[in-house]
Amino acid sequence: MVSTGSTSGANVFEYAPAPESRSIVDIKPSYGLFVNGEFVDGHGRSFKTISPSTEEVLADVAEADVGDVDLAVKAARRAHSRVWGRMPGKERAKYLFRIARIIQERGRELAVLESIDNGKPIKETRDVDVPIAAAHFFYYAGWADKLEYSGHGTESLGVAGQVIPWNFPLLMLSWKIAPALACGNTVVLKPAETTPLTALLFAEICQQADLPPGVVNIITGAGDTGRALVSHPDVDKVAFTGSTEVGRAIAKSVAGTDKRVTLELGGKAANIVFDDAPLDQAVEGIVNGIFFNQGHVCCAGSRLLVQESVADEVLARLKRRMATLRVGDPLDKNTDVGAINSAEQLAKIRELSAIGEQEGAERWSAPCELPDHGFWFAPTIFTGVTQAHRIAREEIFGPVLSVLTFRTPAEAIEKANNTPYGLSAGVWTDKGSRILKMANALRAGVVWANTFNKFDPTSPFGGYKESGYGREGGRHGLEGYLK
Amino acid sequence: MTSTAPPTAPPGHDWADVTASESSLRRFLHGLPGVDQVGAEQRAASLGTRSIKTTAKAFAIDLAISMVDLTTLEGQDTPGKVRALSAKAVHPDPADPTCPSAAAVCVYPDMVATAKQALGSSGVHVASVATAFPSGRAAMDVKLADTRDAVAAGADEVDMVIDRGAFLAGHYQQVFEEIVAVRAACGDAHLKVIFETGELQTYDNVRRVSWLAMMAGAHFIKTSTGKIQPAATLPVTLVMLEAVRDFREQTGRMIGVKPAGGIRTSKDAIKYLVMVNEVAGPDWLDPDWFRFGASTLLNDLLMQRTKLATGRYSGPDYFTLD
Repeated sequence: MVSTGSTSGANVFEYAPAPESRSIVDIKPSYGLFVNGEFVDGHGRSFKTISPSTEEVLADVAEADVGDVDLAVKAARRAHSRVWGRMPGKERAKYLFRIARIIQERGRELAVLESIDNGKPIKETRDVDVPIAAAHFFYYAGWADKLEYSGHGTESLGVAGQVIPWNFPLLMLSWKIAPALACGNTVVLKPAETTPLTALLFAEICQQADLPPGVVNIITGAGDTGRALVSHPDVDKVAFTGSTEVGRAIAKSVAGTDKRVTLELGGKAANIVFDDAPLDQAVEGIVNGIFFNQGHVCCAGSRLLVQESVADEVLARLKRRMATLRVGDPLDKNTDVGAINSAEQLAKIRELSAIGEQEGAERWSAPCELPDHGFWFAPTIFTGVTQAHRIAREEIFGPVLSVLTFRTPAEAIEKANNTPYGLSAGVWTDKGSRILKMANALRAGVVWANTFNKFDPTSPFGGYKESGYGREGGRHGLEGYLK
Repeated sequence: MTSTAPPTAPPGHDWADVTASESSLRRFLHGLPGVDQVGAEQRAASLGTRSIKTTAKAFAIDLAISMVDLTTLEGQDTPGKVRALSAKAVHPDPADPTCPSAAAVCVYPDMVATAKQALGSSGVHVASVATAFPSGRAAMDVKLADTRDAVAAGADEVDMVIDRGAFLAGHYQQVFEEIVAVRAACGDAHLKVIFETGELQTYDNVRRVSWLAMMAGAHFIKTSTGKIQPAATLPVTLVMLEAVRDFREQTGRMIGVKPAGGIRTSKDAIKYLVMVNEVAGPDWLDPDWFRFGASTLLNDLLMQRTKLATGRYSGPDYFTLD
């Protein structure tokens, strides 16, 4: 026992595999559409959904064509005018509370299914996606009979056409459906084509909760189905979360109609670390900001702005921390980073990373073994990045962090705001006054102070500029679903 | 081990410019990066969700057993109890010779001779609390006499308490000099410095006192006496593990960490080991560098160990109470 740097080295604490059991989920060989309270066959073709961690085909899913979309919208219209739109708020609340409780009761099933279909780690679906999804239903259930105090009116819009992305399938569903239903709207929702399974399980939950037929309709498909839904003339409200490119097309297609629109689009958030920051926690926040959910987060902290005087120290700590990230089987309870959602997304991440190297930024990836099958990308950082680099401007939507430095608060603000996006930002400092100053100066819908990627149903979320418009969550989230 | 000669390399000599005056010491300690309470607690909680199963669990349980400082610090302690505890530390599970020994037996100074005699050449160390444990409220010469007494009786390790009053009042140099003096009084015995983090309360204080003790020559930094609540917690241990990790990075010297008090179950112990592994690094997964100050923990570890080996739970009646 001598207190020098000598080490025993004999002890290696290898975590044995700790897989969550798949037996709780029952994936059917094929799925139809959920229209008017029933599962029906689609009239179009079908497509396959696969597990991105193994490329195993999970199920055949119906692709809704224009006729199917029309049937779903009609069912929603009927349910709105005959039942849901007239139902007193306190009665609607009972259904929402029931759905929230069933989500909790079937939480493990939802978590496992989400991990299988999306590729994200079970730790995250279990501790983040499913609990927050349930919380959204609980929260908006509480609003259903109190709309007169919302400041946004009490009258529902009618039928909401909702299109959600693949990064948080169940959670985005709850962000869309809970406020819409609380306000008395009925919905037709299209989950992303790579991750339809939890939405279809949610349809079962609606049946289990005895939700009146037609209040929630789930139609599956890809871009064509989404286009048919948002351009359907009898849809009163379009809510979309996804890429800026698709958001722009949606805005064009509804221009000149009286449809209401909310869009939650891309981002290129700055995570700003000042020299007086609590560094160990800042490093956790950087990791959580960009490697949470494999970086498939629209508000991901994909640009690290670190004050020059602590840049070397922060980077050294960050790399050491990244080396402990466990990448692999999404169903293993010790996995921190799961699979990239699709081959297409993986190709995009690879392409932009290659461009980063070509542009002269220095690439470093955490040492980790990636599985042979499935879509994987090691957590990666680029240093020596400037504002002019494409990897500092374009949304990569993967586990890739661009590191830039700054010297003064003014420079940090200038760089942070110098992007067409404006969804979120993070500030790390021990100075309260600086937090307030930065929050005022940053043009981003959400500014986190000494934390990152925190979501709560009571807190509004949404963007500036090309990150979209409208707010989801909190009292603000009611505005988009009330006249 | 009765020598009071100063160690050859005076502790803290690397830090002469830092520790030269009250103000330079304060500047250094207050210049350490702050600890965000919410973030630290969240990190500790997330490490607590690691799922340690089968072979990993067996490894962790044996490692935890070998890290236990089996402790009895009661006014009513008797030589008989200390002898029983010593026997248990050597052979925690008399029915199973593959079960590792505990790291040490931790007692009051007047029980050191008894423990030393009982442990003999087993390799299990005798640790003695000293310096007016647990409050630390005594004159300096009394604290030093207490320390020398324990070492003279054969203690391999001394667990001292710091003067929390002086630390909270900002008299950092006084605390520093006390640790230096006690370390000198320890001779060849190893020094563990107890912070009583339940009284220091903030994580910023925990980080500062960790650096203070490491600069003053502590071999180990230890959370608590076990007499104050809260005793050891995961976030406090996290901050201390970060401190020893950063200290080694800066100086090349490794310092041990000992959470003490309140760790009662195997599940808790495994959470600590996961934290050691992922925060300080695997080099600390060794009884030379990480200890648990505990008494009831050992029995739970033994029960879990038997369960893993046989597939059956045995009742508490199959393990000795002390």
